[in-house]
Amino acid sequence: MTGPRTSRYARDVAVVAFAQSDHLRRTDELSEVEMVMPVLHEVLAATGLKAGEIGFTCSGSSDYLAGRAFSFTMTLDGVGAWPPISESHVEMDGAWALYEAWVKIQTGEADTALVYSYGKSSPGSLRDVLTRQLDPYYLAPLWPDAVALAALQAQALVDAGETDESALAAIAARSRADAAANPHAQLRGAVPQGDYQVRPLRTGDCPPVGDGAAAVVLAAGDLARQLCERPAWITGIDHRIEAHGPGLRDLTDSASTRIAAQHAGVFDAPVDTAELHAPFSSQEVVLRKALGLGGSGTDSGSGTDSGFGAVAVNPSGGALAANPMMAAGLIRIGEAAARIHRGASDRAVAHATSGPCLQQNLVAVLEGDPR
Amino acid sequence: MNKEPVAVVGIGQTKHVAARHDVSIAGLVREAAVRALADAELTWADIDAVVIGKAPDFFEGVMMPELYLADALGAVGKPMLRVHTAGSVGGSTALVAANLVAARVHRTVLTLAFEKQSESNAMWGLSLPVPFQQPLLAGAGGFFAPHVRAYMRRTGAPDAVGSLVAYKDRRNALKNPYAHLHEHDITLEKVQASPMLWDPIRYSETCPSSDGACAMVLTGRAGAARSPKPPAWVHGGAMRSEPTLFAGKDFVSPQAGRDCAADVYRQAGITDPRREIDAVEMYVPFSWYEPMWLENLGFAEEGEGWKLTEAGVTELDGDLPVNPSGGVLSTNPIGASGMIRFAEAALQVRGQAGEHQVPGARRAMGHAYGGGAQFFAMWLVGAQEPTG
Repeated sequence: MTGPRTSRYARDVAVVAFAQSDHLRRTDELSEVEMVMPVLHEVLAATGLKAGEIGFTCSGSSDYLAGRAFSFTMTLDGVGAWPPISESHVEMDGAWALYEAWVKIQTGEADTALVYSYGKSSPGSLRDVLTRQLDPYYLAPLWPDAVALAALQAQALVDAGETDESALAAIAARSRADAAANPHAQLRGAVPQGDYQVRPLRTGDCPPVGDGAAAVVLAAGDLARQLCERPAWITGIDHRIEAHGPGLRDLTDSASTRIAAQHAGVFDAPVDTAELHAPFSSQEVVLRKALGLGGSGTDSGSGTDSGFGAVAVNPSGGALAANPMMAAGLIRIGEAAARIHRGASDRAVAHATSGPCLQQNLVAVLEGDPR
Repeated sequence: MNKEPVAVVGIGQTKHVAARHDVSIAGLVREAAVRALADAELTWADIDAVVIGKAPDFFEGVMMPELYLADALGAVGKPMLRVHTAGSVGGSTALVAANLVAARVHRTVLTLAFEKQSESNAMWGLSLPVPFQQPLLAGAGGFFAPHVRAYMRRTGAPDAVGSLVAYKDRRNALKNPYAHLHEHDITLEKVQASPMLWDPIRYSETCPSSDGACAMVLTGRAGAARSPKPPAWVHGGAMRSEPTLFAGKDFVSPQAGRDCAADVYRQAGITDPRREIDAVEMYVPFSWYEPMWLENLGFAEEGEGWKLTEAGVTELDGDLPVNPSGGVLSTNPIGASGMIRFAEAALQVRGQAGEHQVPGARRAMGHAYGGGAQFFAMWLVGAQEPTG
């Protein structure tokens, strides 16, 4: 068997399975471990592997969402870490847990990895909680919330002539229309744009707040082919961070996304699918520019964007349809991989973000074997 | 598969203290990072990626503080990862960074761990609200004291062993300029007369609450060849986890700790750790954990660990010095404590440990644990490049 077309690493590593919960506004009846466990069972069942057969396990979550220290120690119970397992955790979106696991497989110390992440936003006020993510001396005391900061970015885009409110509304409408085919999405079909949350962003431009979990299994080389009929090979993956202060950045662009994309090889060949972690409609505009996807985002994501080689952008509906904190980035990789698994894509780019106004970004290129 | 050998070429620490009121969180981490770069005679431009770790975000009241720290750590335009594996995080963070070099994803990586505990109260930060935890199980000491008592019952260890560990570590700390506690008038009698906090753990047998950071520069063979000081080579590294609570869990000697050590020894070709390892920096937040971990890590037979401590084997001039730096009992910025163990082990094999240097140390072990004695991270470093 030949490897994937453009791999640049010591080992060929693929996403061989993906599972996610239904993303819901609240899950009061479920603890985090109860939310995660069915997803873990589903993703392992897809490969036939048991938790104890996995070479490395890595998760992503946030104590601030859980409202308690070491919250991830409880969800480890959902894995069943007995006998003891080789395991790690990042206080980041699961996309970065996937990155750590991918590195582990590259060292040769593991051939398979289980990656999962989850977030329950429902117990608190997410807008308030996320203000605690900001510079504690100069920014957090002002309590600017995630919507307000995204609105600053959106206004900068409008001022620069890169978008307008109707274009943003079209992105939101397209995302929810595409999500109609996604049974896990929280917002599906026609959703009214509503009133301004913070000008120029309306309710429809903002992601739903909700709870959810996701999991992925990675495998290397021939093992990947044994576990999955059409593995989604990670032919490139990289992540970059930018200055924290929104005032220190050009908010109409995403330099870190572009650098990560270059290192991941996005521009080496055309992609047919892009799963972008753009919680706000305006952020899709920024990411399209950084990734060279073009387009205003107003056309259907199902592949009919005639001007741009038919790149399907967020065919899952993206983060505008479901944005479980700490999982939504991993879900982008999972959704892109799932399209490759079922033959709907041959080369896809997946993106994850963290921090205010797209401060930190991860980009992965996924490819299927030639058909 | 052929991994890139990983070398520690730069180490930096802050002077650990109860409260660093003079610096911000960014100032604290940058101080350690700048010292690590200076030690390696490298600049920010030589760093390809930053891997940072710390314990719960509630300790400083900043959610995912690495986002705000990207600027201070020269990470802008670079990859930055944030690890959190409870008390073992400082060790896990170093291992994640080492893997980036071993996998040849990056050439040179800055890894750093910190805690600025004066921003909050760690004991209550670790205590869950009622009804999720019983009201008297305050802090880590409340959790671990029964397991210490179980060890004493199981082995018949005399009551005084714990105070011997504390007395040793506090005296070792006097030789380490970065240690938090410098108790120049410490005596064994004072340790034994200190108040009982969580029976059988006395006040002087517990770790302090510290502000501090520790950083290391990790690189591959080419970087090591340019290193101005002798590098410490990573001969083995591993993480293991098990659940917090389950029927049959051995809190005194958790299986995950034994498995983790066995993995590290296998990688490093160690068959007799007691004889082949020259110094150990182990995570001992409460004095009794020294004899407990001596057994868990295979330095002593089951039930025999306390005899090594009692016989002075683990003293700085013993044949298996444990925590020559003064250990967690003298310095505990929680998120950094594991990395300090890893860095102090590296200092020993580089011959750079100053007054607390173990003469001729060739192989040293760094050990960290966290959660309910369930997360383990360890590495073994050597003065020579690994052969295998």
